[in-house]
Amino acid sequence: MVGGSGMGGGLLENANPLIYERSGERPVTAGEEDEQVPDSIDAREIFDILKLLRSLPQRFKMDVHITPGTHASEHAVNKQLADKERVAAALENTHLLEVVNQCLSARS
Amino acid sequence: MAAAAALEAVAPTGVLWGLVQDFVMGHQEGPADQVAADVKSGSYTVLQVVEALGSSLENPEPRTRARGIQLLSQVLLQCHSLLLEKEVVHLILFYENRLKDHHLVIPSVLQGLRALSLCVALPPGLAVSVLKAIFQEVHVQSLPQVDRHTVYSIITNFMRTREEELKGLGADFTFGFIQVMDGEKDPRNLLVAFRIVHDLISRDYSLGPFVEELFEVTSCYFPIDFTPPPNDPHGIQREDLILSLRAVLASTPRFAEFLLPLLIEKVDSEILSAKLDSLQTLNACCAVYGQKELKDFLPSLWASIRREVFQTASERVEAEGLAALNSLTACLSRSVLRADAEDLLDSFLSNILQDCRHHLCEPDMKLVWPSAKLLQAAAGASARACDHITSNVLPLLLEQFHKHTQSNQRRTILEMILGFLKLQQKWSYEDKDERPLSGFKDQLCSLVFMALTDPSTQLQLVGIRTLTVLGAQPDLLSPGDLELAVGHLYRLSFLEEDSPSWVAALEASGILATLYPVAFSSHLVPKLAEELCIEESDLARGDGPTKCSRHLRCLQALSAISTHPSIVKETLPLLLQHLCHMNKGNTVAGTSEVIAVCQSLQQVAEKCQRDPESCWYFHQTAIPCLLALAVQASMPEKEHSVLKKVLLEDEVLAAMVSVIGTATTHLSPDLAAQSVAHIVPLFLDGNISFLPENSFPGRFQPFQDGSSGQRRLVALLMAFVCSLPRTVEIPQLNQLMRELLELSCCHSCPFSSTAAAKCFAGLLNKHPAGQQLDEFLQLAVDKVEAGLSSGPCRSQAFTLLLWVTKALVLRYHPLSSCLTDRLMGLLSDPELGPAAADGFSLLMSDCTDVLTRAGHAEVRIMFRQRFFTDNVPALVRGFHAAPQDVKPNYLKGLSHVLNRLPKPVLLPELPTLLSLLLEALSCPDSVVQLSTLSCLQPLLLEAPQVMSLHVDTLVTKFLNLSSSPSMAVRIAALQCMHALTRLPTPVLLPYKPQVIRALARPLDDKKRLVRKEAVSARGEWFLLGSPGS
Repeated sequence: MVGGSGMGGGLLENANPLIYERSGERPVTAGEEDEQVPDSIDAREIFDILKLLRSLPQRFKMDVHITPGTHASEHAVNKQLADKERVAAALENTHLLEVVNQCLSARS
Repeated sequence: MAAAAALEAVAPTGVLWGLVQDFVMGHQEGPADQVAADVKSGSYTVLQVVEALGSSLENPEPRTRARGIQLLSQVLLQCHSLLLEKEVVHLILFYENRLKDHHLVIPSVLQGLRALSLCVALPPGLAVSVLKAIFQEVHVQSLPQVDRHTVYSIITNFMRTREEELKGLGADFTFGFIQVMDGEKDPRNLLVAFRIVHDLISRDYSLGPFVEELFEVTSCYFPIDFTPPPNDPHGIQREDLILSLRAVLASTPRFAEFLLPLLIEKVDSEILSAKLDSLQTLNACCAVYGQKELKDFLPSLWASIRREVFQTASERVEAEGLAALNSLTACLSRSVLRADAEDLLDSFLSNILQDCRHHLCEPDMKLVWPSAKLLQAAAGASARACDHITSNVLPLLLEQFHKHTQSNQRRTILEMILGFLKLQQKWSYEDKDERPLSGFKDQLCSLVFMALTDPSTQLQLVGIRTLTVLGAQPDLLSPGDLELAVGHLYRLSFLEEDSPSWVAALEASGILATLYPVAFSSHLVPKLAEELCIEESDLARGDGPTKCSRHLRCLQALSAISTHPSIVKETLPLLLQHLCHMNKGNTVAGTSEVIAVCQSLQQVAEKCQRDPESCWYFHQTAIPCLLALAVQASMPEKEHSVLKKVLLEDEVLAAMVSVIGTATTHLSPDLAAQSVAHIVPLFLDGNISFLPENSFPGRFQPFQDGSSGQRRLVALLMAFVCSLPRTVEIPQLNQLMRELLELSCCHSCPFSSTAAAKCFAGLLNKHPAGQQLDEFLQLAVDKVEAGLSSGPCRSQAFTLLLWVTKALVLRYHPLSSCLTDRLMGLLSDPELGPAAADGFSLLMSDCTDVLTRAGHAEVRIMFRQRFFTDNVPALVRGFHAAPQDVKPNYLKGLSHVLNRLPKPVLLPELPTLLSLLLEALSCPDSVVQLSTLSCLQPLLLEAPQVMSLHVDTLVTKFLNLSSSPSMAVRIAALQCMHALTRLPTPVLLPYKPQVIRALARPLDDKKRLVRKEAVSARGEWFLLGSPGS
């Protein structure tokens, strides 16, 4: 980011950050409307609609990592994400589950 | 006699005494209305009422006095118009005096004064006297809400009728009122009080030294923070208060010195609604303020607006900030300057430029757009502001365009330039040299042309839009610029068809061609003509596909620029000539190429519809030519030319039908009559004299024993006669109808028999009711019955029945129900059943070639609803009665009817059809499945309670259909699965594990669109009964 705060500097608000264009809705192609053509699952589809394990076909395996260099405690979080029991335990936390469900709920 | 008269006089007074006693001592409410009614009817006078009240008005007990005065006031409220001046004077004196009385009495006293304030007979001086008394004796804000409201009403009444008298009070009146409303809290009263203040200011009452007090007593409510209580019976909305307070605050420049600091403070606050309200109020103020009022506050106002727009916490705040800046600038531009005064507009705009300019140089950064928007908001305020900003910003942006080399950066810069150029269109300049753009014209053009040649589509698109805006500036572009521009548009017209730049270039060509027809005629049309020819002679190289696509592009470009009559005069002959060449066998004309020419012609025809002259030009040029080509192609030939037969193919004829229809619907009736006098004899008598090329090897006799090719051309006749205005009389109609009927049941060629049936139906629909129509109908019914009974023409007879039924259904003809019944009967016909089921789709849908509203057919708007109401019960009965093997036909017919009906109309009817719909889910026909699913889906959303009774069936059937071979059915079934989650959760929970398991499969569907629905449906089912959902 240009104009952002330096590493370890004070809390400087970035008043004029770089901006990127937002891509639009994925357009429906003729191939997608053709009964006969199979559409393979591509990166864009994963990004658009398949954000959860429950949205993926069973044959898929999912790994979750923090993008390198985007989080202060990147390694610690990656370690926790890799710990299956820890993730399962987190999902038993009703409050956490509630917050996650609120995010997923389309009606609110 | 005398005794009787005395009795009469006494009797009513006796009654009055009774009523008064009942009201005052008996605490009954009814007598007040009775007394008022009696006074109105003249049974007794107000004086007599006062006399009857006598002692109670002087009773030592305040409650009794209050009751007495209340009765009098209620009577006065109903009878104030009957009062005489003398009575009014006495009553006013009495009431004013009572204002000093016990507080229990005051509400009734005020009611009485309100009644008197409505009196026409009020003598001068008394209004002032009443108000003075109120101001002096009553502490209004310690009264209950209703009584405060009464005081406001008295003031409002007097202001309405005694303005001059009140103004005589001078500033005392204003001061008195300030004291009255100071501390008011009730929204109902505030609305009235704000209204009064607004009138004080706008009707120019004297405010004297109390301007600031008046401001304080109203501005303390700003910004309005009011949430109406639930089920509020008064219906006062927050917005009502905001608007009425804003009207007060923004009504006078005299408030400016107090208001502007307040507005700045509130814009700077954290509360969104306060920001919005302040900016909107500032906007309103600018309508009455001048430079003097704004002067001291401009730096702070600008700082606040800039901050809000730069930070863009909310789009609404941004929009209001920009609107406020626009009004501020407009206000500064409007003020008349004294010769020696500093022009605040210039310094204000310089401030804005100073703060925003440098951000325009950073097209990748966030602040580039807020800065551009601020500058554009200011520039949009006046011609002067626009000049100032444009002359400053344009050179900078032009320079930045060249400094930045990346396409996306250039696109941002050009888009900003475009914004400033568009603002120029708001101002018209008398003098050509004064136009601020003329100095930049060459640089702008070269920039646009760079954009048009850039590889980035996004930059090209902005370039095309900018070119259109530049072109719209009068007298800006020189012939040389236009030639270059047309050259670029020519090049862009040959991009791929789905490229957005191609679409935009064609659209821009159309717009610019209306403005510069000469440039397009001289620089584009010849090039396109050349392109069409060169390729034809270049056949030998065998670059078939490129040739086809280049030809197609040419054709599309030709139709796109046919937006000006003078251009049509060049493009139409070119297109027709191209068609003739193809037919002459100079080239291998494929079906698709001929169709492309026809589509192009159709688009030209569409563009000509706006102008009657072009419309007639197109009609009389294109139609004889097309007919001649078709007739030529239909002639029996010695050598079998495949090429000529292309013109007789179904798709090609359909494309020609659409050209002829489009070229006919907008003709004026008298011109249409000229044309019909040629075309009908052509088909009935073989009269070819009006065709441009009329030496044919044989006769043209489509209705006699002409070749099957000739019979196919009846479709062209149909396109013409069925598009004519209803008033145009068709020659030889009787013969024509009989011939059409004959041909419709001729079994040789389905295309021509269907065309004949459609043509017959189209004419029938427009024919006025009467004997002749009945005759035609009888002929048709006979023909249908004869054909259906047996033999080779059953299917043709059925088609005729279908089209005739449609023609009659559309115009609500009484015979339509009879024909519909006949059609419904055919649903159980072993041979015609499936066709009959599909026929319902045709009945309910809109045709494109005949029976269209555009083609002047009689189409009643509610025909679908009416058809539904009239026929669905019979369809349902038929379904239940039908043998198992034909039941699907009924379901399909019903599906078509339901499908075409607007969902809001359908919804209330669906519950009665529910059992049938559930049964239809098991029907193997995918049309039925799809239609049923699309009916059930909204029903699940709208009527979940009813649907939850059937949850078991619904879950099973939907899941079954989610693996249907048809993608559309799978999608619809998954959408229904999604909608199912609207049912009450307890009903669904037992099915949750089963459904989640079953929906795992469509997640891996081979079609992406299906997977998308599966993901959202499964996601919803997962959330059912989970915490937080």
